[in-house]
Amino acid sequence: MDKHEVQIRVSNLNFFYGKTCALKNINMDIYKKKITAIIGPSGCGKSTLIRLFNRMNDLVLNSRVEGHIYIDGEDILSAKTDVVELRRKVGMVFQKPNPFPKSIYRNISYGLEVNNVKNKKYIEEKVIDSLKNSALWEEVKDRLNESALMLSGGQQQRLCIARCLAVEPEVILFDEPCASLDPISTRKIEELITELKKQYTIVIVTHNMQQAARVSDYTAFLYLGELVEYGTTEKLFTVPENPKTEEYLSGKFG
Amino acid sequence: MQKIKENIYRYIFAVLAFASIIFLVGITITLFKEGMPLFKEIPFKNFIFGRDWYPTYDPPDYGALPLISASVFVTLGALFVCIPLGIGSALYINEIAGYKQKSILKPLIEILAGIPSVVYGFFGMVIVAPFVQKIFNLPTGLTAFTGSLILGIMATPTVTSLTEDALSFVPNSFREASMAVGANRWQTLVKVVIPAAGSGISTAVILGISRAIGETMTVLMVTGGSAVIPKSFFQPVRPMTATIAAEMGETVVGSLHYHSLFAIGLILFVITLFFNIIAEFIISRYRLKLGAGR
Ligand SMILES: Nc1ncnc2c1ncn2[C@@H]1O[C@H](COP(=O)(O)OP(=O)(O)OP(=O)(O)O)[C@@H](O)[C@H]1O
Ligand SMILES: [Mg+2]
Repeated sequence: MDKHEVQIRVSNLNFFYGKTCALKNINMDIYKKKITAIIGPSGCGKSTLIRLFNRMNDLVLNSRVEGHIYIDGEDILSAKTDVVELRRKVGMVFQKPNPFPKSIYRNISYGLEVNNVKNKKYIEEKVIDSLKNSALWEEVKDRLNESALMLSGGQQQRLCIARCLAVEPEVILFDEPCASLDPISTRKIEELITELKKQYTIVIVTHNMQQAARVSDYTAFLYLGELVEYGTTEKLFTVPENPKTEEYLSGKFG
Repeated sequence: MQKIKENIYRYIFAVLAFASIIFLVGITITLFKEGMPLFKEIPFKNFIFGRDWYPTYDPPDYGALPLISASVFVTLGALFVCIPLGIGSALYINEIAGYKQKSILKPLIEILAGIPSVVYGFFGMVIVAPFVQKIFNLPTGLTAFTGSLILGIMATPTVTSLTEDALSFVPNSFREASMAVGANRWQTLVKVVIPAAGSGISTAVILGISRAIGETMTVLMVTGGSAVIPKSFFQPVRPMTATIAAEMGETVVGSLHYHSLFAIGLILFVITLFFNIIAEFIISRYRLKLGAGR
């Protein structure tokens, strides 16, 4: 697995909520233009980990982080990091679709507006582009000015993906993007994620082991805040090294 | 046996619940019954638009325009105080203050809401009025301006706590979504949180107004009490509530003056009812809107 370029390097990472340690000494490399899945039972720290990649945990009071996360060689946990810049580069799609109570168009143009893009023509092109790339264009092209809240859950989630694409990130983080969706919408999102791999580095947290097996190139198994096993999806699912991983995959716990 | 017990409880609570309706109906009927007779003598239009309020002269004048316009003046002035103060502090408490500051500020504001209005009036009379008189070099410090100031401060806790509710009703996922595309805190606040809480905030303001219009004790104490149509904020005025409170004691029950005070009460009642209905309406629409977005 060394032949790929590293996008994110996690090094000796610890994370604490108050006094409780949620992540213990995590070390892992996430590769460019690959899909990396993070699996593990509820509460094992999956969300905590990926929310560090775009510094979303900054918003959590009373939390503390130790160690380093390098994205393209830069330590993003350092105090000097421009968080706004970072979040443009590392986009995120959340568990529950969370479109703004604004029009479909404004939902996507928002990211450009707050980043001071003024050119109307460019914004419009970008909105259309993003909708096409998130496979939503055909369904919404006639009603861009309608409220995004009128869309179905699956459509809303694709809109959130479009919103994320519009600011041209390099990495996209998905935190259980299909957790609240029906099987058909889930399928669509999975296809979309596979498609997006061509252009983006993707990290996806999922509860669903089949989903990890279907879409990802690499899989990390997290348990009680520790990285138990990390490797190619193929290897992890067929010949896991750690007995804990095997137990989890065979459904003995979690 | 159990059944009977349960039924008894049910009836007791039903009676209690309906008691408030009975009071409401009773008050409404009284207001109409005592207020309407005035309009047999004085046409409604003359009452509302009459420019002179001399109920004790001979012949008396019952023109309520000075009182109504005084109320409007003082209330508008109060809005200039309670909107920035109320919304500003709610924004600070909910979006900026840390957990510690929040746990101090919130109860403090609730205490502010619990201070009796006569205390505010006292404070206005003894401290604010002389101050206003000195700064603006006026013959008296008891002016519409002073009333607005104090009323505005009084309405602030209402506006703050309702605005705060509205802000905390905005799901955190909106804030996260905004930050995740690179918006800073300020942009998130202005472009996402405030619009999402917009109807809740307007409700807060409307209920604040409604509180300010109906407030009596304070305005009686600090607005000076002269029943003329105000030309500036820096003159004494006599709002509707103050008029009722000041004059009710001197009237003969059943006299025209007596009925005219009830008529003023009726107008006040209709105004506050109107504001409350609007607020109610906005609240119900707003719940629906955010409800789908959560
Ligand atoms: N804001 C917080 N404050 C304190 N503890 C937290 C906070 N968020 C998460 N935790 C704790 O940290 C641990 C890891 O949580 P995290 O949300 O990362 O788990 P997860 O693997 O994403 O779980 P799930 O699959 O249920 O989403 C849990 O024990 C959780 O209770
Ligand atoms: Mg999670």
